[in-house]
Amino acid sequence: MSEISDYQQQLLHAIQTEKASVTLMEVCGTHTMAIAKSGIRELLPPNIKLLSGPGCPVCVTSQGDIDAVIELVRQKDIILVTFGDMMRVPGTYSSLQEERSQGADIRIAYSPLDALRVARENADKEIVFLGIGFETTAPAIAVTLEQARSEGLGNFSVFSLHKVVPPALELIFSDPDINVDGLICPGHVSVVIGVEPYEILAQKHRKPCVITGFETLDILEGIYMLLKQIKQGDAQAEIQYRRVVKREGNLVARQSIEKVFKPVAARWRGLGVIPDSGLALREEFEHMDARLKFNIPEMEEIPIKGCACGEVLTGKISPPECLLFGRACTPLKPVGPCMVSHEGSCAAYYRYTPAKGRG
Amino acid sequence: MKQERILMAHGSGGLMSQQLIDEIFKAAWNNELMEMLDSAILNLPAGRLAMSTDSFVITPLFFPGGDIGKLSICGTVNDLVACGAKPLYMSTAFIIEEGFPLSDLRKIAESMAVTAQEVGVKLVTGDTKVVEKGSADGIFINTTGIGIIPEGINYRPQRVKPGDKIIVTGYMGDHGLAIMAQREGLSFNTPALSDCAPLYQLGQMTSQYGQAIKCMRDPTRGGLATVLNEIARQAGVGIRVKESSIPVLEVIRGACDMLGMDPLYMANEGKMVIFTDAEKADEILAELGKLSQTQNAAIIGEVYSDPAGMVLIETELGAERILGMLEGEHVPRIC
Amino acid sequence: MCLGVPAKVIELMANEVARVDVNGNQTEISVRLTPEVKINEYVLVHAGFAMEIIDESIALETMKYLEELLQYE
Repeated sequence: MSEISDYQQQLLHAIQTEKASVTLMEVCGTHTMAIAKSGIRELLPPNIKLLSGPGCPVCVTSQGDIDAVIELVRQKDIILVTFGDMMRVPGTYSSLQEERSQGADIRIAYSPLDALRVARENADKEIVFLGIGFETTAPAIAVTLEQARSEGLGNFSVFSLHKVVPPALELIFSDPDINVDGLICPGHVSVVIGVEPYEILAQKHRKPCVITGFETLDILEGIYMLLKQIKQGDAQAEIQYRRVVKREGNLVARQSIEKVFKPVAARWRGLGVIPDSGLALREEFEHMDARLKFNIPEMEEIPIKGCACGEVLTGKISPPECLLFGRACTPLKPVGPCMVSHEGSCAAYYRYTPAKGRG
Repeated sequence: MKQERILMAHGSGGLMSQQLIDEIFKAAWNNELMEMLDSAILNLPAGRLAMSTDSFVITPLFFPGGDIGKLSICGTVNDLVACGAKPLYMSTAFIIEEGFPLSDLRKIAESMAVTAQEVGVKLVTGDTKVVEKGSADGIFINTTGIGIIPEGINYRPQRVKPGDKIIVTGYMGDHGLAIMAQREGLSFNTPALSDCAPLYQLGQMTSQYGQAIKCMRDPTRGGLATVLNEIARQAGVGIRVKESSIPVLEVIRGACDMLGMDPLYMANEGKMVIFTDAEKADEILAELGKLSQTQNAAIIGEVYSDPAGMVLIETELGAERILGMLEGEHVPRIC
Repeated sequence: MCLGVPAKVIELMANEVARVDVNGNQTEISVRLTPEVKINEYVLVHAGFAMEIIDESIALETMKYLEELLQYE
């Protein structure tokens, strides 16, 4: 028996006794992980479906983009500094992990500021920071770029693969085949962007959105709040994660993104190209744009036959309905983001299936 | 010896090699068996002989809570303890990078001596090679140990059966985190110490329980989750553990949260996972509580017949999820 | 998308850097994005930056209006 509070018990009970058929989507890699870790999915009644959307910035990095980064690290005297998450993401033929084993100088950092230190200590090398992440992470890289510029660090640049969330949400909700009744909104992206983008979405598509935190209790509250809205026919954007998320978000953070980045079209693994969903360095920072500095071309995107991530990510099919699931695509050799992410829909399904004995 | 650093000549077998051996190794490990023969000649008591070998390539060489020397003794001692043997003798082999400071080598040798003495294991033969600068990370150490397994002791995964209880002898993740925190580029100060320790006292205690103990393993690389999965597969059983029962220090949890890592996958160098008969579990736990190195031991779960080969963990909410094997490197994450 | 950890600010240093503590672990982070932060406040830390000041008066366990709603379940 578990030692959770009465309050958690009540929330769980309310969720478990919900009779309506409801499909909720979470769009945050960290939520996917937190939900998996908490075991909430196992406790949900069969009428409540929880889909895992395209919310992991690492996992939605396209093959072509990884190929481009690999092209970069194969050049002489480059040190690539990256978040650990990126090491395993597969390109068409290789990954950063494999490149490192072949001799590429790839270092893992916890903060983009660490890359500045590497740049200062290695004046004879070119240091490139792999910029990945949504609006939570982009401000950190923006500040780092401003810092590098003010220091006159000539050997530092950023390879930006940053993306922003609202266009992907718009895509999901605009799809007439989409079957999502409510959105569990990413807690930390919202710290930066605030509630307004979700208010627009909620109004336009008549779907409730709840900005949710990452503790088990946060997720229970978030789900409960969505169910309540759905039952009442509401379509509001609410904040469950009030201790950190302000309605107006973090203006300073948004301003640093504005100053350094501009929106561009970006390719999302499994979803294709979404306009204005990527962040590229503005003209004033072009000399620190690694793509330009090292002449890295757009890599051809060679679609993998049978990869149905787009449909899994939008809840149209379940993982085993994808032709590649469990055969060409497994957690050890993943193809699309649903499997690349440790707790993506397919990876989670792959692991849970044996325990539950589902076919 | 006038030099301050290791030179290629120290590995060539001549006068300088002899000086190195005398002044660093023999001086630290003086025992009657170190007669400088190529092989040690030993009289062993009767019984099943256990042998274990391990190589140590850790960096940094000196870390909070220990060093590569201490680790090289503890690692092999613990492997012998895990199979039920009393550690008796060890060999040590060194591959040293040209330019390595002799003062560091002395410290390492002394550290090994102190640990070996504590355990009562004798370092009886060894080898030293020197490689060119850049060919080793300072120093690589291999230790091989032998011990005798007393009658009535039989620790094997195949003996693990449904109903058996699972004990961990203390806090999980300390060593892995202490080392991770030293990595260049992570710049964070943690009071976390490696738990590096030789578990010979544990071995003495468990030997009294004979057949009641089915299997022991030290959760080093890959941590507790990896060991549990290995045993589940090798024994063909299902394992269920409770998250809230697994002891983890708050400071380790906090550091892991910061880095996006999981203490259950982080290395331990002074802990044991013990599979025991359900009947004796509480008694064994009480005994562990009396030893300084295993004070924080806890029963964390139980063995079942299914799902065979898998490990499930019960979360705070009472739901079960799979505690899988690590896929790829365990690295700091933002996502 | 975003591991963020609550950390206590224990020292404010030059260049918009602060020393923070997470269960005894200490590190230096940038407070460039939360310039108004004060000592002893808690911040949400992500990738070496404080992202926002945590409002401790809104503790994890209390969503009063939800508790009221739950009474009617």
